[in-house]
Amino acid sequence: MGTTPAGLTARLFDLRVTPTGPYDWRLTRRQLFGLTTAVVHVTTVDDVTVIATESLSKRFPRVTALDRLSVDVGPGVTGLVGANGAGKSTLIKILLGLSPATEGRAEVLGLDVATKGGAIRERVGYMPEHDCLPPDVSATEFVVHMARMSGLPPAAARERTADTLRHVGLYEERYRPIGGYSTGMKQRVKLAQALVHDPQLVFLDEPTNGLDPVGRDEMLGLIRRVYTDFGISVLVTSHLLGELERTCDHVVVVDGGKLLRSSSTRDFTQTTTTLAIEVTDTDEHPDGTRAVRDALLARGVSTHDGSGLPGAGHILLLTAEGEQTYDLIRDVVADLGLGLVRMEQRRHHIAEVFKDSDDQRKEAVGHGG
Amino acid sequence: MAVEQPTARAAEQTRIHNIGYRAYDGPRLGRAYARRSLYSQSLRGAYGLGRSVKSKVLPMLLFVVMCAPALIMVAVAVATKAKDLPVDYTRYAIIMQAVIGLYIASQAPQSVSRDLRFKTVPLYFSRPIETADYVRAKYAALASALFILTAAPLLVLYVGALLAKLDFGHQTKGFAEGLVSVALLSLLFSGISLVIAAATPRRGFGIAAVIAVLTISYGAVSTIQAIADAQSGNPAAIVWMGLFSPVTLIDGVQTAFLGASSSFPGGGGPSAAQGVVYLLVVLGLIAGSYGLLMRRYRKAGL
Repeated sequence: MGTTPAGLTARLFDLRVTPTGPYDWRLTRRQLFGLTTAVVHVTTVDDVTVIATESLSKRFPRVTALDRLSVDVGPGVTGLVGANGAGKSTLIKILLGLSPATEGRAEVLGLDVATKGGAIRERVGYMPEHDCLPPDVSATEFVVHMARMSGLPPAAARERTADTLRHVGLYEERYRPIGGYSTGMKQRVKLAQALVHDPQLVFLDEPTNGLDPVGRDEMLGLIRRVYTDFGISVLVTSHLLGELERTCDHVVVVDGGKLLRSSSTRDFTQTTTTLAIEVTDTDEHPDGTRAVRDALLARGVSTHDGSGLPGAGHILLLTAEGEQTYDLIRDVVADLGLGLVRMEQRRHHIAEVFKDSDDQRKEAVGHGG
Repeated sequence: MAVEQPTARAAEQTRIHNIGYRAYDGPRLGRAYARRSLYSQSLRGAYGLGRSVKSKVLPMLLFVVMCAPALIMVAVAVATKAKDLPVDYTRYAIIMQAVIGLYIASQAPQSVSRDLRFKTVPLYFSRPIETADYVRAKYAALASALFILTAAPLLVLYVGALLAKLDFGHQTKGFAEGLVSVALLSLLFSGISLVIAAATPRRGFGIAAVIAVLTISYGAVSTIQAIADAQSGNPAAIVWMGLFSPVTLIDGVQTAFLGASSSFPGGGGPSAAQGVVYLLVVLGLIAGSYGLLMRRYRKAGL
């Protein structure tokens, strides 16, 4: 990762200060993306802030959706994590200039959301969380229409549609009515309509919703490519931290409209690589789970039964220290003659990780030794 | 010689290049262009163009049904060397109002309910266009579609009248009055229908509600007018009742200002003074429909 754009982003990001000046429009996305020209501009680091909010609040008569949220987001893939109702969608609405903030201010690509909504929406793509596709038209027709709504001339709209649908992985089926598509294909069409006008930034609201694990992984890979291959910065929301840590350069966690944490993904991965394992029982070891736990404890690795979490009693949780942890589990299970039903990286629910503090979780899961 | 290595050359020509992602550096034409695109897409959609074959059937059929009587009248007029057309330009739309009602009831929900039902509206508003652009484009498109439907038979009549060598000045005046009348009718009917259709994401409800408002109100008003005429024969009461249905409103306006003969029972349409009230009500309804649509979509948001 060292020399990739992501690496550059992370470096820029650490240097970043609060933005003061407007976004430099001479800086094209390609330059931002990390070509040499960008480095010249990067000397004024605030140029590369894509989203900046300053004590942004949104209050409805009965709820406070956002509470003095101040966060800066640089280029790259940024995850916005929070439980349902944490204020993610409200934040996107405000950033698109569609809903006025109660107080505070926000800038997207250096443009003030309160006054430059139209200009922002011309440069930004949006993929909503809910279903938004008419079933009786083909993907091509629909995306062409949406491209024209973004201001692309007819010929360019058709060309960009063909390109974009190919990039998101829709080929012959793009001429068939959308009604017959699978959920995964529909999500790709939704992504395509957000990318068709070649925006500088896309907001993806829960893009993995409703997908099976394979579809989820494909979508996450696609999102990663939106930045690495297309050079389009991404703000992606999810209520699952686990899937974002693999995709994002940076993760912003909101809860109850407040900023809980904003840091680069590397910080997260260090604290969240938890393995869940499940084993079979045999005649020799009627309680296989207990047998593995004792064996691991004998080797100096403590485990946790995940009480309070789904699947408690049948699974063991332990912190992966690296490659050797996987080998250790394999050997222990093989020695005992048990079958390994699953071994997976635990997908954390945000509430689980940030219940009180990281320390509490570490204590619960337990470290080796 | 050229035939010797055709495969090698073919292979060269058909090599697939993976050109990767290409950025778009071309023009972005902005709001006004997007609004025009939405207008033309909606207008084409109102006749099923750019949609499935199934959705072309009804609008095209109604268009034919709308124009057929005009063709027959013209043929008769030419064949019999009549002095005048059998029907006034301004009367035609009133006679054919059931067809117009059917058309608008099927196309207004098609135009707006789909976007609401499939939640496509947020995709529009996440782009440069705004509520007013969306509402204006949809309203203008449906009004234009209805104008095409109602003006086409008038054009047939006019061309036929000229072919039959009827009086040019008289025919042109009648045609012009007819066009003004159907333009007003198009705006009024599409405004009312869109407001109703935009209230529900269910297309079926929309169709039923539009038919109910347009035709049942006409049926009710003309029945009461007929009863009033038979009972008391009070012309003023009959005229004021006409304010309560879209069809009689248009009838009243064109009787007062566009030289039409009224279809009200007793034949006495509104006077010029009463006509002003009619016109104000029509314009008020058009403006009100626009206002209600704006309010409806301001809340739609994301």
